[in-house]
Amino acid sequence: MQVPPLVQELIQATNEEAVLWRPEDLMLYEYDALSSRRPPEAVVFPATTQQVAAVVKVAARHHCPVIPRGAGTGLSGGAVALEGGVVVSLARMNQILEIDLENQRARVQPGVVNQDLSLAVADAGYYYAPDPSSQKACTLGGNVAENSGGPHTLAYGVTTNHVLGLEVVLPDGCVIRTGARYWDRPGYDLTGFIVGSEGTLGIVTEIVVRLMRLPEAVKTLLAIYDSVADATATVAAITAHGITPAALEMMDGLMLRAIEAATHAGYPLDAAAVLLIELEGLREAVEEEADSITAVCGAHRARQVRVARRAEERELLWRGRKNAFGAIGRLTPSFYVQDGVIPRTRLPQMLDYIAGVERRYGLRIGNVFHAGDGNLHPLIMFDSRDAQQVRHAVKAAEEIMGKCVELGGSITGEHGVGIEKNELMPLIFSEEDLAVMRKLKQVFNPQNLLNPGKVLPSGKMCGEVRVQVSLGS
Amino acid sequence: MTQSNYSPREKPRWETYSKCIHCGLCLNACPTYRELRQEMDSPRGRIYQMIQVDRGALALGPSFVRHIDLCLDCRACETACPSGVEYGRLVELARSQIARHYRRPLRSRLLRRLFLAGLLPHRRRLECVGMILRAWQQSGLEQLVLQSHLLEALSPRLARIARLAPRLEKPFFTRQLGHVVPARGSRRYRVAFFAGCIANLAFARLNEATLRVLAENGCEVVIPKEQGCCGALQVHAGLRDLARRLARRNLEAFLAEDWDAVITNAAGCGSVLKEYPLLFEEEQPELHPQALRFSSRVKDVTEYLAGIDFNRALGPVPARATYQDPCHLAHAQRIRSAPRQLLRAVPGLELVELKEAEVCCGSAGIYNVVENEMAERLLAAKMRRIDETQADLILTANPGCLLQLRAGVAGSKNPARRVMHVVEVLDKAYQTSP
Repeated sequence: MQVPPLVQELIQATNEEAVLWRPEDLMLYEYDALSSRRPPEAVVFPATTQQVAAVVKVAARHHCPVIPRGAGTGLSGGAVALEGGVVVSLARMNQILEIDLENQRARVQPGVVNQDLSLAVADAGYYYAPDPSSQKACTLGGNVAENSGGPHTLAYGVTTNHVLGLEVVLPDGCVIRTGARYWDRPGYDLTGFIVGSEGTLGIVTEIVVRLMRLPEAVKTLLAIYDSVADATATVAAITAHGITPAALEMMDGLMLRAIEAATHAGYPLDAAAVLLIELEGLREAVEEEADSITAVCGAHRARQVRVARRAEERELLWRGRKNAFGAIGRLTPSFYVQDGVIPRTRLPQMLDYIAGVERRYGLRIGNVFHAGDGNLHPLIMFDSRDAQQVRHAVKAAEEIMGKCVELGGSITGEHGVGIEKNELMPLIFSEEDLAVMRKLKQVFNPQNLLNPGKVLPSGKMCGEVRVQVSLGS
Repeated sequence: MTQSNYSPREKPRWETYSKCIHCGLCLNACPTYRELRQEMDSPRGRIYQMIQVDRGALALGPSFVRHIDLCLDCRACETACPSGVEYGRLVELARSQIARHYRRPLRSRLLRRLFLAGLLPHRRRLECVGMILRAWQQSGLEQLVLQSHLLEALSPRLARIARLAPRLEKPFFTRQLGHVVPARGSRRYRVAFFAGCIANLAFARLNEATLRVLAENGCEVVIPKEQGCCGALQVHAGLRDLARRLARRNLEAFLAEDWDAVITNAAGCGSVLKEYPLLFEEEQPELHPQALRFSSRVKDVTEYLAGIDFNRALGPVPARATYQDPCHLAHAQRIRSAPRQLLRAVPGLELVELKEAEVCCGSAGIYNVVENEMAERLLAAKMRRIDETQADLILTANPGCLLQLRAGVAGSKNPARRVMHVVEVLDKAYQTSP
């Protein structure tokens, strides 16, 4: 087989082992965790910032799109080569470059796996706080691109609150540094702008993150309910009592049964819903908060409030929660996970609405979400072999998103916009808002070669068709 | 629809594939993905390739075979998978398709047949080869050759593999087959012992230690004579018909009596013995009920001891120790706490948890021979983690892992460290018991 010129130049920019170009290899890069069906022309694994710069220059010469990729665990299609092009996998740039415990900083390459960073500093009593459910596999570079959150976002914020500085390769191959190791560098906050830009502004090649001290005490409570409405009402009540738990998660009965089958964590199989509540801090404070939360749950008709007694029990409960999306494979051949945000006070109303959608379309919808943030993850179950079900799943998703916006929320909390939600952006942004974003993107990515077709609405295809393309098999 | 490149016999069902929702949570659990960081060598990617081959979109050719060969079948991805994908089953069926429809180079074909079909299933031949190898080791020739760097000159790979060779231990355990070991004190259980194939030659002392430990726990141990190789390596290589023949022999040997348990000290064997029913789901289904009955009795020795109220009259074994989970114990059989529970009961033994203890050491049956380069990379990573623990005693619960870790220790800066099976520690502790 003839080596195409683009590939030859990519090999020159890196080396032979760093470039995939045979069709049987490229087909493995036509998907991420959302799925799609278009392979790139090449996949490159640069080892250094210089190689990343050389690679984007080659791509620019060929006027070829560049798609950055971490572990490919994203749920909005951000790592998929929608229009072909070169996938730049940062997976092999996975060194922790520096750990500075005195200043609670680490400098890492983008391919470091989220959990591996916490593992590296755990013995010294530190950790990296943002904890997306995919943390055992997803990369920090991907977290930066998507501005990922997780169960502990409620107390500690999302990725952007933990990233202090970046090294970024721009599409013309020039390398910039943003932010600083320590606080408050003057000028525009480019770090904040690039975090969450989903690879449409530049390729992040180095990240300075904040490390946090592991808390003195952790307590995990499981409140069990016979009604979804009682569980959702509890959420607002807890924060109204002036308590901010480190995490406040909800799972409904359908999800509980799938999760329990997957992890045997001891979740009740007959409950309508549970709240998983984690408290962190000084020992005495945690004890006190646990008592008040137990009282609040009781006042909202919780059937039982269980406290995890040992670390293993805690870990099991969390493993169940974090494996929830995957566990759904036990219930359905295909699912479509949503990532809507609403004010937490509207949770009861929203869940009623979702139950209505479920009835209208005859599709099962599981609910597992970050209740404290009002960040919903309805999982719509369908069979991708049935065209009617695919259409209904997309319709159901759109109605749920519409309702989120109507209640004053947003179309994505943490999964990113990608190719999945970009056409829905006008629901939450005015034309003026979007025009400013387009202009800013122009400054960084004037040729639109970096991750094209993501984040901003393209107007090319209506969202429904695009989502169907990626959901259908 | 294009034609499938899988043949219909023992082909996975769509429902088995579709449990994989390509979320990617398995990636970092996979030893080969951790080393290579490319999709083709990840569990998600391998399943994707199987699906493409099955639906005719990818050839059952060298590329597919390469990535499936490189899989250790360690099943760490099953532990990581929230969706319950039976990856081990999928990869074993893929290998069965490869074994039937892909022509390997002559040398590799011959070596596979010779070892997996010509040697392992035959006790007499194994003993013959064992005697010759033992003579070679005892004569000092082996050491001479290893020290002369002659092999390095010939082939560095061969030299590395030669260092993995087990020390053959006389007397062989084969002469114990058919014997009954009485319980010490009053008899509480009557169990059967599964002795393995190569273990009869290379782990005879480990087998004897296992018998002593069981006897200390009130077990009368019967060692059925007609038993043989479990078939695990054959299942991993996709030779399912041969594996079924071996399984039938063991079903006959062990189903003669209603034991309290059938006990093995090899995680790799235990895992396939527990999965005999999978071999008889489609083929020879008349044996499926027997396979189920047999499998329900099979217990890893650590699992069994932790499950009964084990004898705690243990003497001190002073050491700083760490425990490496054998993949086929932790991932395939989901046994993690039993060995740790036993070890914590030994006075003087300080157990330090090993980071990434659930990542394969690279042994994986004959993987460290046929895929030596990757196995060496995994072993190097494992040794770095072991060094961190500063343990002077390295423990595991599977003969293959023992060999691999011993090779790792022998090639390290601190070759005085000991590598032992959990049962050997218990044996020692019972002997030092006051």
